[in-house]
Amino acid sequence: MAVKTILQAINEALDQSMEKDDSVVVYGEDVGHEGGVFRTTAGLQKKYGEGRVFDTPIAEAAIVGSAVGMSVNGLKPVVEMQFSGFSLPGYNQVVAHVARFRNRSRGKYHLPMVVRMPYGGGVRALEHHSESLETLYAHIPGLKLVIPSTPYDAKGLMMAAINDADPVIFMEPKRIYRAFKQDIPEEPYEVEIGKARIAKEGNDVTIIAWGALVREVEKAMKQVDDIDAEIIDLRTISPMDTETIIKSIKKTGRVLIVHEAYKSFGPAAEIISRINEEAFFYLEAAPKRLTGFDVTIPLPKGEHHFIIDPKQIAYELKKLMAEKA
Amino acid sequence: MLFKDFDPLKEEMLQILDQKGNIVNDKLVPKIKKATLMKMYKTMVLGRIADDKAVQFQRQGRMLTYAPNHGQEAAQLGSIAAMDDNDWLVLAFRELNAMLYKGVTLEQSYLYWYGNEMGAKYDEDVKVLPINVPIGSQINHAAGIAYASKLNKTGEVALAFIGDGGTSHGEFHEGMSFAAAYDLPMIVVIQNNHYAISTPRKKVIKSKTLAQKAIAYGIPGIQVDGNDPLAMYLAVEKARERAANGDGPTLIEAVTYRMGPHTTSDNPKLYREDKEVQEWAKKDPLIRFKKYLIDKKYWSNKKDEELQETSKKEVLDAFKKVEKSGLVDLEDIFKYTYEKLTPNLEKQMNAYKKYLDEVGE
Ligand SMILES: Cc1ncc(C[n+]2csc(CCOP(=O)(O)OP(=O)(O)O)c2C)c(N)n1
Repeated sequence: MAVKTILQAINEALDQSMEKDDSVVVYGEDVGHEGGVFRTTAGLQKKYGEGRVFDTPIAEAAIVGSAVGMSVNGLKPVVEMQFSGFSLPGYNQVVAHVARFRNRSRGKYHLPMVVRMPYGGGVRALEHHSESLETLYAHIPGLKLVIPSTPYDAKGLMMAAINDADPVIFMEPKRIYRAFKQDIPEEPYEVEIGKARIAKEGNDVTIIAWGALVREVEKAMKQVDDIDAEIIDLRTISPMDTETIIKSIKKTGRVLIVHEAYKSFGPAAEIISRINEEAFFYLEAAPKRLTGFDVTIPLPKGEHHFIIDPKQIAYELKKLMAEKA
Repeated sequence: MLFKDFDPLKEEMLQILDQKGNIVNDKLVPKIKKATLMKMYKTMVLGRIADDKAVQFQRQGRMLTYAPNHGQEAAQLGSIAAMDDNDWLVLAFRELNAMLYKGVTLEQSYLYWYGNEMGAKYDEDVKVLPINVPIGSQINHAAGIAYASKLNKTGEVALAFIGDGGTSHGEFHEGMSFAAAYDLPMIVVIQNNHYAISTPRKKVIKSKTLAQKAIAYGIPGIQVDGNDPLAMYLAVEKARERAANGDGPTLIEAVTYRMGPHTTSDNPKLYREDKEVQEWAKKDPLIRFKKYLIDKKYWSNKKDEELQETSKKEVLDAFKKVEKSGLVDLEDIFKYTYEKLTPNLEKQMNAYKKYLDEVGE
């Protein structure tokens, strides 16, 4: 075991995957020599050379599109979008090709590629550096969308993503890149994609979150010790682990979904629909969601209005518990 | 014709004022009014101090992330000074000097980097688009402005900036192709400061010069000493004449250097040698421009000392106001989403206000 941050865990997952499998290549803007603006890929170029770890021109369509070509020609590319806000020039490639190659070629081709991107707010950043764009990726058939919230999962999910036969969008909650450490196995391991994690068992209410918000939910629980909540860390947004969610709702009868992504048409809307479809009669109160407002995420001097804090989660939770069906 | 005399494929670079401040190309010295030269210089001094101070404030924890301009002032000021008042300025994000020259206030600039959107709301008559972070996308905006100008025969020309790294982006290519196809009145100045964050320009761009990319679009391209304000002025002046004549866009590569970090979050020691930085320090645009003005008897060391003092005061005063600006109001993060607040947004805002009332901030 070794004590690691999320950032170090991802770095280790990349390192061990490259060590084990020569077909893994890692590239993106400033990814090679510098090891990424967050240093997530630090040391990899030194160890594996400029052929397998390299800096690219500023050209997201080329980064994602070339990964399609590499994938069909025997490589396993792990590419970086410097920030999720800058993934959009590559989005055309993602939607038009990455998500569809298996289907279009009727299974002849498949794309074992990973698109990594730091995402989320709360880091006092410039414009386009704080968005939570889960919806844009979760909406597209053929993609998997994975978001870790702990160092253990970060490593295991990244290793699973690289070995997955299908393309994985891997969003990294940059706010907690270095926020805390966890003792994780030194040897390679995988965490199954498509399975949620019960972060805490409970009976009164189900709280569903992912990424940096899981920790905020955990902090909120300290302000409401009389509420016995079950916390689900979704980990994979798509394909979603509906089973774990439904099982929990059937037990608790109440649900609060917390995410920083914009509210309208967002992930919580989808989760609530599934709950309504499969566990409607178990509900003791209307499902609730605490999300980013439907406004462009503000620059730092207005960001506090937008960012969801534990106090707000506790407040919504109390309101939810007070509701009668 | 200037653009014929400097072949970008042969790396022929236009220079008029060398790094010591001596005229090396007598015949090409552009005719610039004294008032214009002095406005350029005064903006350069103010811009330099404001830039260095912004980095210092950030180090003290009083400013958020900042993208320094130090060393790139002439590339910006030579360009903007050659434009008309009626023209447009389309920004990337490292053009403080061009902004100040064109009427964006220092307070507004600081406020933006301080983390307040109000800093991107320039005065009504200031034809400058807000700072544009997604690399390359601004070139298409400039093309659109130029198209409207051409259609409505307003005579306006769009001047856009981009970095060396930005010229690899699809958006750059698309915007250039679009503007060239319709002979639009657009000028694109590439500030080739040799790095895109940690990535050296030579490592990821095969073209000998960035100016030569113009050839593919069927328009003139010229490489210019970006630390020479006179050469930059001349190149943009000629490009503007072309634009005004309906001859279409021009691509200008300003060869310069970013003396500071990419932004205050960046550590340049990871990717470049101090020796290289020191070499470029000798090419400082401010030193050569000042000498030129003193040689011309437009300026003196004594006046310069006074200017340094008043500029410094101006910078400190502006930042003082910014530091007093406080946080953004809740209403303001909703208000500018649409022309009118939608019922959905109103509901979200009111629910949040109720929460604040009940729980306190
Ligand atoms: C589309 C897009 N991708 C990535 C980024 C992140 N990023 C910000 S600045 C920068 C480098 C820009 O280099 P260059 O164009 O040379 O301009 P400079 O910063 O040197 O002025 C990058 C990659 C971005 N802002 N937009």
